[in-house]
Amino acid sequence: MNTAPSVAEVRALIVKHKRWDLAFAVIGTLALMVGILTFVALFADMLIDGMPRLNYDFLTSFPSRRPEQAGILSAWVGSTLVMLVTAVAAVPLGVAAAIYLEEYAPKNWVTEIIEVNVTNLAGVPSIVYGLLALGLFVYQFGLGQSILAAGLTLALLILPVVIVATREAIRSIPSAIREGAYALGATRWQMVSQHILPYSIPGILTGVIIGMARAIGETAPVITIGALTFIAFLPPTPISGAFPFLSFEWLTAPFTVMPIQMFNWTSRPEAAFQANAAAAGLVLLVMTLSMNALAIYLRYKLRKNIQW
Amino acid sequence: MKPTRSMKLLAVALAAGLYAHLPLAGADALVKVDGSSTVYPITEAVAEEFQKAKKGAVKVTVGISGSGGGFKKFCRGETDISDASRPILEKEMKACAEAGIKYVELPVAFDALTVVINPKNTWVKELKVEELKKMWEPGAQGKIMTWNQVNPAWPNAPLKLFGPGADSGTFDYFTDAINGKEKASRGDFTASEDDNVLVQGVSRDVNALGYFGMAYYAENKDKLKAAAIVNKGSSKAVLPSLETVMAGTYQPLARPIFIYVSEKAMQRAEVREFVEFYLKNAPKLVKEVGYVPLSQAHYSQALKNFTSKKLGTGFGGTPEVGVKVEDLLAREAKL
Repeated sequence: MNTAPSVAEVRALIVKHKRWDLAFAVIGTLALMVGILTFVALFADMLIDGMPRLNYDFLTSFPSRRPEQAGILSAWVGSTLVMLVTAVAAVPLGVAAAIYLEEYAPKNWVTEIIEVNVTNLAGVPSIVYGLLALGLFVYQFGLGQSILAAGLTLALLILPVVIVATREAIRSIPSAIREGAYALGATRWQMVSQHILPYSIPGILTGVIIGMARAIGETAPVITIGALTFIAFLPPTPISGAFPFLSFEWLTAPFTVMPIQMFNWTSRPEAAFQANAAAAGLVLLVMTLSMNALAIYLRYKLRKNIQW
Repeated sequence: MKPTRSMKLLAVALAAGLYAHLPLAGADALVKVDGSSTVYPITEAVAEEFQKAKKGAVKVTVGISGSGGGFKKFCRGETDISDASRPILEKEMKACAEAGIKYVELPVAFDALTVVINPKNTWVKELKVEELKKMWEPGAQGKIMTWNQVNPAWPNAPLKLFGPGADSGTFDYFTDAINGKEKASRGDFTASEDDNVLVQGVSRDVNALGYFGMAYYAENKDKLKAAAIVNKGSSKAVLPSLETVMAGTYQPLARPIFIYVSEKAMQRAEVREFVEFYLKNAPKLVKEVGYVPLSQAHYSQALKNFTSKKLGTGFGGTPEVGVKVEDLLAREAKL
């Protein structure tokens, strides 16, 4: 027999469900807070420890045995140059690979294997990339323990991130755009270069910068290929006064990066070095956050220009 | 906000200005050092002072690959000088010989291991090497869990042990000196590669005992107490200090640490100058970074060995406990 529930019963049911709703909202908020509060606590702790050390001299001094004279000049210049190489290597390769996979590759088992591998590569521990790079770049190609070798290593590391982000961006473009281009007689390359690529740039940029933000904090692969700890000089300038005005000598220079400098300081016995490590951590965090901010800004700005 | 033209210009000018007034690398003299993290603070201090003294004409880079990693690079000819917290081992000697790399072995300082206890620990007046062995030997695992099991005069309180992890040269030396065999240790203790973690651990627990390099004790004297050590066959308890380590009475937990200089690199004036600067300024700089310097006579002898190119190691490929520096410097060296 089927009797309709009374209004009171329905109300009770609704109240019960709403209670579950509320419970889940509370649990969800708590879960969110665990992450956010941990970050805030860490950040505040670092701010308190590191802020007194953060000044112009800290950014423009080389490492030293005296904590109050030590600085991160060679470290941040090293990190910046390595990131530059990483971007120059990873972006064209990653974007080209993604375009091929999305627009050109035939749908068969070879493509499928490639796709699975790209996704899996994103989960490979970074030290494995370091070992690969040590054998391949440092010894096989004879690049030595240089900025170039480090940049290429980190480029490999972020390549999967760039590829996946680019594919997502390309996939979000409506196929009507492709069909429209073909209908007007465009070749596949014209369609890709004049429509797909420009429209997917916001997404690509986001992927690239998120990848870079991961790479800048990497220590293991950079140590594996032989980054130094104490280095009190900078790579040669890329711009020279004489013809041809550009010099690529800096690519082969020895270097160190921010996380290595930090790690070295945290393992020292003097408490003052711990403050230096915190200050270096702040700088690294600011570098990472500003990269993320740039990504958000660019995405916002470029999206505004797209009108379908 | 849109970046204006003047803002962009300002940024470029700032970056250029920052770059312009700093010393830059060219194709000039470079000394490459790599190796042990224990020796690193000393080499870093010397490199810093040397570059200042040479006004940037010579560049020095120092890496941390560990003693073993350092020798690997050194024997491939990638570095000029190798920092080592232990003498070169037989297999490393072989690798160097195969690559035709010859070297001079120079002791540069003492590294003294300190056994520390909590300042509130009232029962430990001194520690015999035999007692330390009882606590740390592999057979103690799961058995020696309280202080009175080591010495009946001590209280029935849990024994909490702290020590460096198995990858550390400090661990190798301590196990060799106390348990008689390298890497032979009980495994059920709190291990950390970061000595600051060990400092925290011992300072927070009355029943704790730990060991690490003397520099970490020197920086944390208010939180820790060093134990006086009684060597085998001795009846005198010796506290670790600058004087006792230099006099050679703090045994068996003090060891010399080394730099190895490649003979090929010695042909370059900048490498010779750097090593001479190292040995001449070591007494002052070693103390500054928390280590114990050798005696003046040792440094002079080391300098003599260097200038006369006394090639090879005085150990013959096996580390020893309790070796005297003057004997070591006078020994027949082997490649």
